[in-house]
This record gives sequence, structure tokens and C-alpha cells, in this order.
Amino acid sequence: MAKPGRIDDERPSDAATASPSDALKLALKTALVVIGLSTPVVLFGTEQDPSRGVVLEPRFALVAILAAIGFVATLAGVLLKPSVATAATSAISRIPSPSPAVAKVGKLAALGLLIAYPAIALGLSGGGGAIKWIDNFGIQILIYVMLGWGLNIVVGLAGLLDLGYVAFYAVGAYSSALLAKTFGLSFWLALPLAGIFAALWGILLGFPVLRLRGDYLAIVTLAFGEIIRLVLINWVDLTNGNAGISGIPRPTFFGLPFNASDQGFAAAFGLEFSPQHRVIFLYYLILALTLLTAFTTNRLRRLPVGRAWEALREDEIACRSLGIDTVKTKLTAFAIGAMFGGFAGAFFAARQGFISPESFVFMESAVILAIVVLGGMGSQIGVAVAAIVMIGGTELLRELDWMREIFGASFDPTQYRMLLFGLAMVLMMLWKPRGLVSTREPTISLGARKAISGAHVKEGHG
Amino acid sequence: MTSSAGGNPHRATAHFADATRAAAGATPLLAVEHLTMRFGGLTAIDDLSFFANRGEITALIGPNGAGKTTVFNCITGFYKPTSGRIALAHAPHASPADLARLTLGGQRWRDGKTGGLYLLERMPDYEIAAKARVARTFQNIRLFTGMTVLENLVVAQHNTLMRASGWSILGLIGAPAYRKAERAAIEKARYWLEQTNLLGRADDPAGDLPYGDQRRLEIARAMCTDPVLLCLDEPAAGLNPRESADLNTLLRRIRKDHATSILLIEHDMSVVMEISDRVVVLEHGAKISDGTPEFIRNDPAVVAAYLGVEEDEEAAAEAEIADLSGARGVDGANGMQGNGGGR
Repeated sequence: MAKPGRIDDERPSDAATASPSDALKLALKTALVVIGLSTPVVLFGTEQDPSRGVVLEPRFALVAILAAIGFVATLAGVLLKPSVATAATSAISRIPSPSPAVAKVGKLAALGLLIAYPAIALGLSGGGGAIKWIDNFGIQILIYVMLGWGLNIVVGLAGLLDLGYVAFYAVGAYSSALLAKTFGLSFWLALPLAGIFAALWGILLGFPVLRLRGDYLAIVTLAFGEIIRLVLINWVDLTNGNAGISGIPRPTFFGLPFNASDQGFAAAFGLEFSPQHRVIFLYYLILALTLLTAFTTNRLRRLPVGRAWEALREDEIACRSLGIDTVKTKLTAFAIGAMFGGFAGAFFAARQGFISPESFVFMESAVILAIVVLGGMGSQIGVAVAAIVMIGGTELLRELDWMREIFGASFDPTQYRMLLFGLAMVLMMLWKPRGLVSTREPTISLGARKAISGAHVKEGHG
Repeated sequence: MTSSAGGNPHRATAHFADATRAAAGATPLLAVEHLTMRFGGLTAIDDLSFFANRGEITALIGPNGAGKTTVFNCITGFYKPTSGRIALAHAPHASPADLARLTLGGQRWRDGKTGGLYLLERMPDYEIAAKARVARTFQNIRLFTGMTVLENLVVAQHNTLMRASGWSILGLIGAPAYRKAERAAIEKARYWLEQTNLLGRADDPAGDLPYGDQRRLEIARAMCTDPVLLCLDEPAAGLNPRESADLNTLLRRIRKDHATSILLIEHDMSVVMEISDRVVVLEHGAKISDGTPEFIRNDPAVVAAYLGVEEDEEAAAEAEIADLSGARGVDGANGMQGNGGGR
């Protein structure tokens, strides 16, 4: 990777030399490229015609709109780049380095907001709408924050590129679901067992890949994720194949189920039964699990094992010369990262009540990894912000019904999810190649703690 | 001790002196015997034997491609030697019989009251650092550049801290025993920062330090593992004369104040001649001389290796041709080591 600092230095000078006429030329070129690229891809749409079957419908307007977007974006990009880009980057880079006191207040405020979130959602949207805000936004985002933080241990701290993280999520979900259904274990017993199972699978994956680095490691972990998914599909006796497992027992409030019966949660607390109770309870459950992940990871980072993970990312040979058993260190990183994935999976199974291999496709691994990379490898705050933006953004696309009025009734904004995902990745790599929070917080200090610039921090070699 | 090729009477007496010293005193700290290392068809080290005494600074010198770094990589376990024995004895009273028993018993080491005895050629690299307590630095500095100077030194105390943290369990619950161990680790780091004159930069990322400071930090980091043998691979490379002089002071202080012996590879003769107690000269993977710095300085074989032979023009030319082809091959192997073992 090129030094990010050098790229930043070059940008203003090269932008300063770009005159308006140069910008115009570049914008025209871009428009031409867009036309060239979009002609074979979007020019012809297929339409169902009752008389002639499927016919090709030329969409010149769409190509023109795309070309215009390309033209304007390039022009704006070239002319405004110095001001916008530097303002944006400096604004982002200013976020992670507040004084310790401010940071502490900020953390407490964020925690308060998270705890108060269901109440806020209820207050703002009233009864029915609140479930959507708590479930689709709150719970969904927190699951991905937890997965991101779990993967962050492996990728961000230990520097081992893992493309199959969703496998541990799947192991957690399936083991807790099967334990609950076959042995009648309650969620509270199935949850830790699912974590332990996932950790064991993490170690199992760890052994064959110990000697691998970088690309090779990534490919093997990718294959591992696919193997787990294919086993889930094909081992029909155990997993019920593609049909999935349904009727997974829901978590109870320390033995009180969330139903309308006399033994239910509502009756026990003298409340009127409402489906919101369960959703709110699940929200606090995943919040607690996520905070547990954050707390444990933060503690581990300050322990010898966590420092060894980071040292491993920096230089494996030097680690070995200092007597660090890199095999054990890698395996603990895989195991603990997988364990949190397993917890998240167990929660996912209990929340949905139904799981199938479709929930654990490679795309999920890619999304989780994208969250870690966009957030800034190793940074918990960055990963959380990235999860909010990526998952919250996806959910927000469902809310954009008004766009139908512009683009027609068949327009579905959620179909552009991957496009926006890709766009976000490209923009981030251009502006903040090391992710949102590229600095590293030292784990120990003699004097005041100073954040370490991302330029020094290595990304690991797998 | 096996003598290398070439019958130099001067050198023979030196060997005799070594042998008597070894017999009269104790087993040496490190004894390398008949070490051979082949990379495919290339013999980087050929039946090399030498030893390093306790409390001494032993220098390993030789022209480029002589196999010095390969020897280091074999001692520290980064390479598995093709054949030979590398024995490290923590205590001076370990007898050759003990060593023979260990070798024949197929064990890797023996701990216990009589002092640890280790067969390094059988041990993996991290175990050599953790158990046999051999620390090393690298020709191309290998610091944890994204971690602070202090963190680098605390990572070096990994095994001690790992035990104190109860393999993370006591540490997770914040047990006082672990906190105490961590404070002790910071104190040790502070001591070595003072010794290497880096205290003011403790909280800066290691990658931010200037080159000379990075070299000293690598030595400090190695010393934080409490080694009995410190292997320094060209510690003075790239240092200016003042920094070289500081390095000499530091190494002398390590020898005087700590139970750490030093084995170093160095090209800078001002460092080698000034601080070494004994010098081992390698050429083409074999030992050509071994003795005190004064002895080495006047040894014709060494002078020949470094400057070329004067007396016999024809033999010199022949040797040079052989040198060229040999050196090129060995250089190839050295390039591999330079990258620190297959990165």
C-alpha cells in the first residue's frame, strides 16, 4: 500500500493546476466513458409484451441521465476537490482524537442514547411504528456491530484476513437452535454453548491455515465459509437442509416467556400484553452482548494476549524472536473472534425463530468485512459507525417510498444496495484509505496517551 | 573443536589454547559443533564449529556471503540446520556427559537444579527465545512500528506477563497480581529505555524513531526478554561514529551489569576490535580463524580473506574465481535470510 500521507500531499497541488477548461475536458471524457460503459449494460431493458413476448426497450433517457451525472460529478469533483475533500478528511480525522475527558463524556452519552433508544423510538413513532425502529434498525445494527467487533479481533488486531467469518455466525445459530430444539435447552444455556462451539470451530479452522498468509489465508477462510454453508444445506438429517429450522424457542425473561399467558412476562409484571415487550427485551439483550464484546475486547487488548495479537500483525518474525508462540496467539484470535460470532448467531436464531442456510451466504462475510475495513481496522468506534452507516443505510433504503413517485412504481431502492455499498467503498478508499478511524490507541503509556498515526500501523500479512 | 582447512601453526596454537581453557574451566555457554546448512545444492555453512564463552562478547565476522546470518538463523531456530549440534548451557558446570546423555536421549532440553541444557537445533524459534533465553536482533530492523516504544518493550515480556495474567483469565478480571506484574514490566521497560537513552520517546510509535534509535530500541527489546545470550546482527550498520561509540558503551554495560553474553555479527571493525573478547572469522561457510581481536588482526588467513593473498599470485587468481562463483551462490542464500526467513 502506498503511504496515505503522500497521496494527501499530492492532491492539493494537482488540483490547483486543474483549470476550468481542463475540468471541462475531463468531465466530457467521463461522460463519454459513461455512455460507452452504459450502452451495453443499461441501454436495452427487457419488457414483457403480451403479443410479442419479451422485447428490448431502448432507454436513451437513462443513458443520458447517467452521462449527465458522470459529467456533473467529475466537474464538481475536480473543481471542488481541494476544498471538499480536505474539509471532509480533516473533519473525519478530527473525530477520533478528542481529549480523554471529552471522549469519556462522549462514550457515556452514546451509552445513554443506546439505553434510552427504545423509549425514544416509542415516544417518537408511537406504538406500531416503534417495533420497526427498534427491530430493523436497533437490533439489526447492533448484531452487525457485534459481528464487526468480533471480526475486528481477527482482522483488525491480529491482522489475519478472514473471508469466512459468517461460518462462525452460522455455527452459533445452528448449534443454539439444534440444542434448543433437540435437547430442550433454554436460550440462556444454548447461548454460551453456541459461543463455545463457534470457538472450537475457530480453532479447527485455525489449524490448517496457520502457515498461510495474505491471499492464501483469505481463500482458505472463504472456502471454509462455503463448506459450512454447503454442509448446512446438504446434511438434511441434522439441519433440515434448505428448508431450515423453524420454531426455535424464543428467549425468556429469566424463565418468563413473552406471551399473553398468565405465566408470561406481561402478567407477571402486571402489564398489558404487547408484542413490543419482546422486541425491547431483545434489543437490550443484543445491546448487552455487544457491550460485552466491546468490554472483553478492550480488556484483552490491554493484556499480553491482545498485545501479542497486535505484535503479530506488525511483525510475526519479531514475535517469534521474542518467544511468543505465534501458533497459540493466532488460534486464540480465531477462537475469540469466532466465539463472539457464535454468540451473535445464537441471538440471531432466537430472535428470528427460524434459520436457514440462506442467512449465511458469502455476502454476509463480505458485509461484515466491509464494515471492519470501512471503520478502520482495529478501531471499535470506527467499526460501530461503519455498521450504523452500512446497515442503517440499507434499512433506510426501504423507507424511500417517495422515490417511487419519481422513478415509477416498479422502482425498488433496496436493489441499489450493493451499488451504494460499492460506491461507499470506492469513496472511502480514495479519501480515507485506512478507514474512518485510522489511528491506533496505545494500550499502555508512561505519560499521556497519544494516538498513533495509521501510516505506521501495519495491516498484517494474513 | 575441529580445525578448518589450512595448516597455519599460529592458528593451531590458538585452538590449543581454546581447548585447554574449555577443559580447565567450564563448558562454554554456546557450543556450535559440526554445523552444516544446505539450501538445495548450496552449502551455506560447512562443518562449522565454534563456541561462545559466558560473560564474553564474541564477534562473528567475515566477508559478505560468508554465512554469518545463516549461523544466527540456525542458532535462533529460524532455520533447521542440515546437521550438527548447537548446545546452550545455562550453568557452567554442565558436563559433556550431560550433553551426550541429552543428545542420545532424543530430548530437546533439560531443566533442573544443575542448570538448563538446551539443544537449539531441535527447538523451534519461539521456544529458543522463551526457554533457552536466546534473544536476537535483525539485520533489517524488525520493530513493531505501529506500537509505541513502551509497547514494544512490554510485548517482549509476553511470557512473564502471560503467566502473571493467568493466561488472560486473571487479567480479564483485573486481578491485583497481574497489575503488579504489569507495573514490574513497565519498570523493566523504563530501565532499558534509560539505558538506551530513549525514555523521552516512550510513548511515540516505534516507526517514528530515527534509524539509530530504532537499532537501540531493538537491543532494548531483546534485553527485556532477560536473555542469557544476545545475538546482534550488524547492530552498528548505518550508525554514525558517535552512535557507534554509544553502542560500544551500551554493549559493554550489558556485559558488565547483566548475566548476558553477546554474540554479534559486525562489519564495523571499530566496534568488533574494540569490544570483542573473541572473534570468529568465517569464509564460505567455514571457519578460517578464531581468537582474540589482536590475534585475528595479524592472522594471515584473515588478511588474505579480506584483502586477497599476496604470496602466490596464481593461487590467488584461482581462489578469486572460485570466490566469485561461490560468493554469488552464497549471496543468493543470504538474500533469503536478509528477508528474515521467507516473508
